[in-house]
Amino acid sequence: MADTIAFELVSPERLLMTAEVHSVMVPGSEGDFTVLPGHAPVISTMKPAVVDVYETEGAAPTKMFVRGGFVDCALDRLTILAEEAIMLSELDRETLAQRVQDAAEDVEDAKSDDEKQHAQDVYNQLNELLSALD
Amino acid sequence: MPSLKDLRNRIDSVKSTQKITRAMQMVAASKLRRAQEAVEAARPYAERMETVLGSLAGAMMDQPDAPKLLVGTGKDETHLIVVATAERGLCGAFNSSIARGAMRKIDQLQAEGKTVKVLCVGTKGATQLQRAYGHLMLETVELSGTGRISFAEAQPIAEQILSMFDAGEFDVCTLFYNRFKSVISQIVTELQLVPAQLPEIPEGEQALEAGLQGAVYDYEPDEETILRDLLPRNLSVQVLRALLENAASEQGARMSAMDNATRNAGDLIDSLTLNYNRTRQAVITTELIEIISGAEAL
Repeated sequence: MADTIAFELVSPERLLMTAEVHSVMVPGSEGDFTVLPGHAPVISTMKPAVVDVYETEGAAPTKMFVRGGFVDCALDRLTILAEEAIMLSELDRETLAQRVQDAAEDVEDAKSDDEKQHAQDVYNQLNELLSALD
Repeated sequence: MPSLKDLRNRIDSVKSTQKITRAMQMVAASKLRRAQEAVEAARPYAERMETVLGSLAGAMMDQPDAPKLLVGTGKDETHLIVVATAERGLCGAFNSSIARGAMRKIDQLQAEGKTVKVLCVGTKGATQLQRAYGHLMLETVELSGTGRISFAEAQPIAEQILSMFDAGEFDVCTLFYNRFKSVISQIVTELQLVPAQLPEIPEGEQALEAGLQGAVYDYEPDEETILRDLLPRNLSVQVLRALLENAASEQGARMSAMDNATRNAGDLIDSLTLNYNRTRQAVITTELIEIISGAEAL
């Protein structure tokens, strides 16, 4: 059995990351789980949260914010299909705060219930991201 | 017989046209490279999506409560045709070939007695379809025209298709776009969006399944919920892919069209220059004859 897993993070627009890593912590919609080599095959949806990628055992994780999507794990291969993914290190507080502000305004401006719900979701996600940054 | 001055003016005007077409060709070439990169970059996601969807849907297909997006409404009465074209012209037969493909499909469906609705993406196709099928047209979605197609651009289109489907406004949805084969060849492609067309599982995939050694995927949450989440997303991805292919095709078509135009202008300049020189010599000869015969008369 391999002692690493082939990890891939793809967004609809591009392949964001591909590497051999030790383990990955995935925020599944039914609870977080960590994928190590030899993990049982699983397909799961994700909630918007931070994915931790450990390149080697005990190393500091690469953190990435993922806005929804799903994971496909099989045969020491883990693929995350993210709707939007941002490296936490590439994120700066101010642009994020701005986006939170915009989202809050969207919630205010929403006309229909559906729109409001959608705007509210976005707002919550961004807020979560903001708190992850601290 | 045009005068020398007329000829000179024409040569000048053709020359400046050539400059424009050459510039457009070069712009298209550089945009094409970027568009092609975007197509390449979007490929992994779509491929993974297909694999997951394929393995999921296989199991769900036979169940009575399978999502409608997958198995369809069970009817085949109302068709929605989505025609994806460019925002701009001057790209050869790019727009008209898509429009023609769509028209053929519409005619065929109407001959079969089905109801057809048309949704246009990109204004160029809309203007071409307007005359014959204006009464079928629901709406025209304009693209930003900046050349960069992002997921954010595909999503509203997909959402619109979805909300129409949920409202029961159509049974089958087909998307028309140009698949990018090469700079000189773009293929009008008909892609059925609803009910979702599942990829044939290729040989390699079966090997992969076998490689699982009988292990079965765990689904978290259950298959049905995932599939319900996945199908709309798959629709957006398909739309995005079509738009990206279309963008690359557009630039490719524009590049070869402008290449042709530049060459044509060159030919025209050559023949005009020849004509100009001949006329100039004829004028000189005539003048000489006049002088000589004037001198002889003395």
